[in-house]
Amino acid sequence: MPAVQETVERVRSIDVDQYKYGFVTDIESEKAPKGLSEDTVRYISAKKNEPEWMLEWRLDAYRRWLTMEEPTWARVSYPKIDFQDYYYYSQPKSTPGPQSLDDIDPEILATYEKLGIPLREREILLGIQNPTSRVAVDAVFDSVSVATTFKAELAKAGVIFCSISEAIREHPDLVRQYLGSVVPVSDNFYATLNTAVFSDGSFVYIPKGVRCPMELSTYFRINERNTGQFERTLIIADEGAYVSYLEGCTAPQRDENQLHAAVVELVALKDAEIKYSTVQNWYPGDKDGKGGIYNFVTKRGDCRGDNSKISWTQVETGSAITWKYPSCILRGDGSQGEFYSIAISNGYQQVDSGTKMIHLGKNTSSRIISKGIAAGRSENTYRGQVTAHRRATNARNFTNCDSLLIGDRCGAHTVPYIEAKNSSAVFEHEATTSKISEDQMFYCLQRGLTQEEAVALIVNGFVKDVLQQLPMEFAVEAQKLISVSLEGSVG
Amino acid sequence: MNVQPQPIRTAAEQALLALLERRLAGPAVDGPLAGRIGELRRAAHAAFAANGLPHRRVEEWKYTDLRGFLREAAPAATALGISDGASAPSAVAFPGARRILFVDGQLSPAGSDLADLEPGLTVVPLAQAMAVGRGTVEKFGTLAPQRYDGVLALNTAFFGDGLVIQIADGAKIERPLHVAHLVTHDHPVATYTRRLVEVGEGAAFTLVESFEGRSGVPYQVNDALELFVGDTGHMDYVRLQDDSETALHLSTVMVDIGRDAKFHAFGLTTGAIASRVSLYGRFSGTHSHAGIRGVTLLKDRQHADVTLLLDHAVAHCESRELFKTVLFDETRGVFQGKIVVRPDAQKTDGRMMSQALLIGETAEMDNKPELEIFADDVQCGHGATAGALDEDLLFYLKARGLPAKEAEALLIQAFVGEALEFVEEEGLREALIARAERWLNARTG
Amino acid sequence: MALLEIKNLHAQIEDNQILRGLDLVVNPGEVHAIMGPNGSGKSTLSYVLAGKPDYEVTAGEALLDGQNLLEMDPDARAAAGLFLAFQYPIEIPGVATMTFLRTAINAQRKARGEAELSTPDFLRLVKEKAGDLGITQDMLRRGVNVGFSGGEKKRNEILQMTLLQPKLCILDETDSGLDIDALKVVSEGVNALRAPDRGMVVITHYQRLLNHIVPDVVHVMNKGRIVRSGGKELALELEASGYAGYSQDAA
Repeated sequence: MPAVQETVERVRSIDVDQYKYGFVTDIESEKAPKGLSEDTVRYISAKKNEPEWMLEWRLDAYRRWLTMEEPTWARVSYPKIDFQDYYYYSQPKSTPGPQSLDDIDPEILATYEKLGIPLREREILLGIQNPTSRVAVDAVFDSVSVATTFKAELAKAGVIFCSISEAIREHPDLVRQYLGSVVPVSDNFYATLNTAVFSDGSFVYIPKGVRCPMELSTYFRINERNTGQFERTLIIADEGAYVSYLEGCTAPQRDENQLHAAVVELVALKDAEIKYSTVQNWYPGDKDGKGGIYNFVTKRGDCRGDNSKISWTQVETGSAITWKYPSCILRGDGSQGEFYSIAISNGYQQVDSGTKMIHLGKNTSSRIISKGIAAGRSENTYRGQVTAHRRATNARNFTNCDSLLIGDRCGAHTVPYIEAKNSSAVFEHEATTSKISEDQMFYCLQRGLTQEEAVALIVNGFVKDVLQQLPMEFAVEAQKLISVSLEGSVG
Repeated sequence: MNVQPQPIRTAAEQALLALLERRLAGPAVDGPLAGRIGELRRAAHAAFAANGLPHRRVEEWKYTDLRGFLREAAPAATALGISDGASAPSAVAFPGARRILFVDGQLSPAGSDLADLEPGLTVVPLAQAMAVGRGTVEKFGTLAPQRYDGVLALNTAFFGDGLVIQIADGAKIERPLHVAHLVTHDHPVATYTRRLVEVGEGAAFTLVESFEGRSGVPYQVNDALELFVGDTGHMDYVRLQDDSETALHLSTVMVDIGRDAKFHAFGLTTGAIASRVSLYGRFSGTHSHAGIRGVTLLKDRQHADVTLLLDHAVAHCESRELFKTVLFDETRGVFQGKIVVRPDAQKTDGRMMSQALLIGETAEMDNKPELEIFADDVQCGHGATAGALDEDLLFYLKARGLPAKEAEALLIQAFVGEALEFVEEEGLREALIARAERWLNARTG
Repeated sequence: MALLEIKNLHAQIEDNQILRGLDLVVNPGEVHAIMGPNGSGKSTLSYVLAGKPDYEVTAGEALLDGQNLLEMDPDARAAAGLFLAFQYPIEIPGVATMTFLRTAINAQRKARGEAELSTPDFLRLVKEKAGDLGITQDMLRRGVNVGFSGGEKKRNEILQMTLLQPKLCILDETDSGLDIDALKVVSEGVNALRAPDRGMVVITHYQRLLNHIVPDVVHVMNKGRIVRSGGKELALELEASGYAGYSQDAA
């Protein structure tokens, strides 16, 4: 497979650290005063020219947050976070919001180019022969969206794709109707914090019966030091609509731990389908476990209408700590939820991730495929919940959770909660943990593959079921990322 | 010490605390172990005072909230003396097994066959063993889990009568030993019994235990069993929990498995309005095997919880678990199983399966199978299924002329049979299969 | 110079001494058969030469083209031209056979400082060779050996051998589990690879395979050593008399 070799070469060409997105963009930014208070919340809201209802909503969340405690049930450990030690808002000085590309600071454009995210539509169009593989991008830099591409073309189909700040101003009715309707204000500590201080993120609305003409994507970049990123994404697929959405993220290499607490809400109405893919590659910290992103994310989809479908696919390779459970509430009769996950941990990374499938409607079904790979001194936990409520006749779930251990100083854990409260539910769950088979390794080596190539090949085979769920361009990228993440895991 | 805020206690917790304080002030154990047992009891009391009954916010008790199930603190049966047995039920007997009977938490010499024990088998009442204070009894309390277990703490604080059973090195005891527990009181009592069993090096032993009691009486059983299986030893443990439909049954089984040893356990659960068995298993020697299986049959509003923690502390051990739960009516079944593989436990091979048949429309099954793995060269897996009877199979049987009820009974029997067949001793296996069939026929017939 | 030269090779696995002073010389162009009773150490020899981690060499040496094999990692041995057709080929779920073939070929070419094979060249080559061995496109798309029958796995081994063009082929019980038709296909594949600069070591328990792959030299192995060598007629003799005599000899 070309990708395997290309990857291994790429890994070798990297000097000390394998994280290749660790550069810092030198740019002046405007920040809120450090720390968190009602004034911070007001500052952010004012910066965004938000309506009064939005400010009230934020303040309500902030007050609730003050009474809440950080969750401790996840299998991760880290020093207590000083929430007053972060900046909650940072925007590039020259670029206060999305605008024409010509007005964007060239440094930022260069940053995205370096990350492989083209923002100039013309260049994208010139470079690509097959127009169906075009991707529209919303680029979020620290706290603000700096550009959204293909907006005009999407508008022709009736699709709204813009930053959430813009949506709050331009589409207040849609926002008021759906924001916070999937993840309520006081859902959990981090979601509540996000509600109080979220700065930007993406907003998508696909009207009735529309199949979104291209993939939508948001690319998140944390640049500023000591800055928390709190983005908020809201995607609504109206009746019969379809959208495939991709999310990518990176951050510079920094010694301190940066905080990322996002909230993503998906709403699928009758017969609608949302496919949400993430390749998470935040800075994981250095080889001694110093630095890295704390990734505390709440992602939830609501299959609100009958026969709707929400599918989460995630490739998690970054972050020092990952705390993330993209979930589906299967409310509509006949609705379907899917969760496909690859979680790789190396070095001192800690991952506690999984999903919840809450079956409320009749004839609902869910499918969970989780592949965890632990290497180095990392800890990798799958935590999942499948519940069929009383009304959820004929609920179906299939879960498959496999873990692979590379090296004897890491840990892999599986914690599923499977609750069937309806006699017509059929739940099947299976999980395995093992290491890379010595026989497979020897077979590959005998055919001339090096240790690194053999591990990359076998691991890519192990995660294939999940990779297949990703859109093509992402799948190739993810495949490379997997090998890069495992660099140094065999020796 | 820090000043802790006074926890909010339920009425039962307050009453239990009062009883505990009275117990601590009462007569202590005599003999060389007095100091240590006193220490354990005081520690158990302090832990209970701090934590109380386990409730749903305690992860291990998420699905079985004892604050809800234990609303009245029943007095310990031992304090009330033996009840009038005129209308009392009698205990089950297993053909071929030697029986020792506990009535209302106390050894009944009249109902026990302690004559002519096989060479190498020693059975001593707990109090007597404590008074001597040497041998197996010195291991009392050493298998308790590190984490606070409120049920075990109550047993440790309150325990009354019990047994110490020892199998000498190399002794193969062919005849199963049956310890029968019977509650006969016509008003609510609590029994706190405790046994220690040590199977010597290369020895073999089969222990059967049964729990039954008087119908209609909301009595409480809190039993604890500590098992030590020596190097190259072989132990079979079979338990039948058929307490009355009004009883609360709480058991803690702790086992330590030595090197090259075998431990097989099987439990048939049909009794009690609410029950919980916590099994803590630990491999302390390499190349051993544990097989732990169970069948739970529930009807009406019964609640049954099987929770097990298997600690692969050393390398080269193998464990197999299989649990089958059949849920009629408005019952709730819980299975929590955790396999822990420690950093040095390479070459561990562990498999765990929990399967549930949901028959009652509002029956509920909660499965939580966990793997916690810190060694890389392992093969571990778990599975859990929950569902109704297979419609296709039912149809097939009906098409062959079986009435619906019979077809259903046949499929359920086949379902539980897969676990029952692991009971090694033939007489016991047949007795348990017959019991399960009778239960199912009574329910489905 | 000999292609393969083994001198006084001793090897053990977990303290069990299996090879006890084995000598063997294979010249370019020669096909050697190694026969012997179960447990005589035939498969161990193949694993030790290929560098399987569990085996420990306690004495002796093995040279391929004059290079010390025993000091090389398994992948370096493969790149140096040693190929082992496994008795029990390993399944690798999720890795398409095609992907595996390509990765292996290019890894070896790169290790030898050769340019990678272009995609069209590679596809053409695989299509041709796979066709000869009756390996379908569907099999090439499936995971390596996953869901393959015993015969399909062995044909896949020969396909790899054909594509990798090794200097020395070691075939470990390639005939086990094959019916007569599959045996013919596999043998034809092997015979097609016979070449003046290539050597082969065919390990087998039965004479049957040697009707199809005719050896130049036949060795009998017992208790970890070569105890007798001869021409192809030795195999026929063994077929008639069995290994009983050898077991007694050594006892």
